[in-house]
Amino acid sequence: MSDRSDREERGEPTNDGQRFDRLPETPADRVVEGRASRAEVLDWWADRFGIERDVFEGYSFWEKGAGKVWIFNGEATDPSEVEAVGMTFLRTRQEHWKPTGRAASRFGAHATRNAIDLDPERAARFAAGEDQDLPEWDGDWGYLIATHDVAGERVPIGVGLYLYDELRSVVPKGSRADLPVVE
Amino acid sequence: MNPLDRYESLVDDVDAFRTACDRPLPSVVRTNGIAASPARVREAFEEEGVAYEPVDWHDGLFRLPDGNPGGNWPYVHGWTHGQEEVSVLPGLALDPQPGERVWDACAAPGSKTTQIADAMDDQGTVVANDNNLGRLSALRHNAERLGVTNAIVTNQDARNFSVKPLAFDAFDRALVDAPCSCEGTCRKNPDVLDQWTLDHVHGVAGIQKGILARAVQATRPGGTVVYSTCTFAPEENEAVLDHVLANEACEVVEFDLPLATDPGVTEWEGDTYAEAVARAKRIYPHRNDTGGFFCAKLRVGGGGADGDGRDDAASETEVAA
Repeated sequence: MSDRSDREERGEPTNDGQRFDRLPETPADRVVEGRASRAEVLDWWADRFGIERDVFEGYSFWEKGAGKVWIFNGEATDPSEVEAVGMTFLRTRQEHWKPTGRAASRFGAHATRNAIDLDPERAARFAAGEDQDLPEWDGDWGYLIATHDVAGERVPIGVGLYLYDELRSVVPKGSRADLPVVE
Repeated sequence: MNPLDRYESLVDDVDAFRTACDRPLPSVVRTNGIAASPARVREAFEEEGVAYEPVDWHDGLFRLPDGNPGGNWPYVHGWTHGQEEVSVLPGLALDPQPGERVWDACAAPGSKTTQIADAMDDQGTVVANDNNLGRLSALRHNAERLGVTNAIVTNQDARNFSVKPLAFDAFDRALVDAPCSCEGTCRKNPDVLDQWTLDHVHGVAGIQKGILARAVQATRPGGTVVYSTCTFAPEENEAVLDHVLANEACEVVEFDLPLATDPGVTEWEGDTYAEAVARAKRIYPHRNDTGGFFCAKLRVGGGGADGDGRDDAASETEVAA
């Protein structure tokens, strides 16, 4: 801990990639350069996917590693030297922030925009990790939440990247699945 | 030797016991209530044409006779988790509530942690600990896949677990699903019978005593500790309870499980244990066509008696009787 105190005395707090630090409430509260604030995270989900800020009201947000933001619904100390605090949620510190597939799965049902509904055949290809031509999409480029219909309800599958008329599946290799086309 | 031989004196029907132990177990999934209801899982299975059978004592469990529990949409969506039937019992005995502080001392690969988070409606804090860093990655993968947001993952030796990294210094409930000889899992992994040794039983029993003692110490007065294993060995079950009863402020309490059980044994190979260990429950494979299991519920003593009312009532009944 002393090296952190030394840095703070010099007025140079930096991101410590080995531990969890709570995000500041607003950009004005920021002391670690480049760290996203809670307000910016909530703004981003609201702007990008239309997910209202109150969906995340009880949750806290933490950074570990460069820009990896975690969402947590329990009690934790700040900073916290543990292996995990809640679940990975969002990648910041890059030009285009990227939601995790797990975040899309957990919270994507609240999305009102930039969610792309896939037919059964496309949904199976998406889950298998395939990229697919999709020129009919007329929404934003960038990260989208892919959804499909399961027994009458829309269900998020994961995160896709839409560029140049193509929907790229960014389902991690370990989570790809060979699934039936359910008509 | 086949370690099952040594337990024949404990069971009522040796042939049924041995026959059941030789039969493979079906694939079973548990509904993850954080993401879906049992009814939604059934609808999705039916739409997709996945064969399933209900489990009569738990509406969130489904047997999948065709196997492949991960090869369907409900799994991909985190609505289900592959988990053997008896493995849900310690979570039921623990009965964690939303908002509580709960410790899962030997958590990897996370089946019980995620079941605990589900029972807590993903509210409160579940601290999932395991001493094996490699197995923690499976725990983290499962917790994320099932959308658990209220878990803290730690990598400590549970026997010396420090609450220093946490925002509180005592748990409301703790689960010790201890490392063990695992003969109870022989229906899905018969190799455990070949690898069994009495030396391992005695070695692991020492670890189990250390972990259970620490769990009692780390739980607030009136709180609940559940001890479970998947072994039939009294050395790893009743003897561990007996040791902790003698050394820590706690009592073994009565509790209900929704299937047929046998009481804990109070005598084994010349040793006798405290009568209270009979309140523990043994689950033999032939009784419910499941794996083998052991489960005990403890109430932590000392300080104020503000524990779970049903268990207090059960203890008082015992005293009055």
